Amino acid sequence: MTSNTESEVTAAPRSGSRWLWFHKLSSPPYAFRTAGNLRPWFFWPSLILMAFALYGGLILAPPDYQQKDAFRIIYVHVPSAILSLQVYVVMAVAAAVGLIWRMKLAHALAAAVAPLGAWFTFLCLATGSIYGKPMWGTWWEWEPRLTSELIMLFLYLGFMALRNSFDDLQRADRAAAVLAIVGVVNVPIVKFSVQWWNSLHQGPTFSKLDAPSMTASMAWPWGLMMLAFVLYFAAVTCDRLRSEILRRERNASWLAESLRSR
Amino acid sequence: MNLTEFFAMSGYGAYIWSCYGLTAAVLIFMAWRARSELRAEIVRAQRRVQVAEQRE
Repeated sequence: MTSNTESEVTAAPRSGSRWLWFHKLSSPPYAFRTAGNLRPWFFWPSLILMAFALYGGLILAPPDYQQKDAFRIIYVHVPSAILSLQVYVVMAVAAAVGLIWRMKLAHALAAAVAPLGAWFTFLCLATGSIYGKPMWGTWWEWEPRLTSELIMLFLYLGFMALRNSFDDLQRADRAAAVLAIVGVVNVPIVKFSVQWWNSLHQGPTFSKLDAPSMTASMAWPWGLMMLAFVLYFAAVTCDRLRSEILRRERNASWLAESLRSR
Repeated sequence: MNLTEFFAMSGYGAYIWSCYGLTAAVLIFMAWRARSELRAEIVRAQRRVQVAEQRE
């Protein structure tokens, strides 16, 4: 394992300068340092945007003509739902890169984001359930959108459980990667379930740019909140990826280099 | 708009505030957990480096 990672770096200049950044980024000490440097640039803007989005969403936006104030739940429900899918795509792509190019860092990234995706999926289901009670009169219904989103949660939990069930890290990475790649079929199913099947869930609110279903004062807090959630996810991923790098690094000199550059 | 009206949210207060509260709790937990795990991993890694250096 150690000799493998070292040859990756020594091979870097030979494969052309176009890919140099890729090889550089895949070196654990460099990725460790970069993630540490980027983290505050994601985290603090995320908090500031969240504060503005809360002010806009809870105070400035007018009540909906049908749903009254209950519609304000979408400001936390929809970003959680979108991230639940996006994080899965990040995880599956990282797992595929790890599987195809045998890149340890890509597997580390997939492992780092999985619990975050699971939490966003949980938030989506929980806030959706609380939203459903006053709007539909039920906490839960076995209908396409809700059921496929629940499967999303099981995919994340399955990915994490499968990874933990191996003692050998490389085998754990590979097995979990296959599950992540197969499970990606569920992403379009969740996304288009409202259009494909007769669903209780309402249609998309924000994606119709030509005919928006919201006025600007309702829409901009959502845009800010979405951006804030993405930045928040990036910030927490930086921390988690750094933990993952340290946990996996068996090369003592690289480990020392990572810790020095902190 | 007074404060009571604001928290009542035209009768949907319990639903709205539980959603926002839950989301805030999970977001704070995720960020805190990632930080504390990183700190623990750094301590563990430092120990491993020390052991490796002593062996040399």
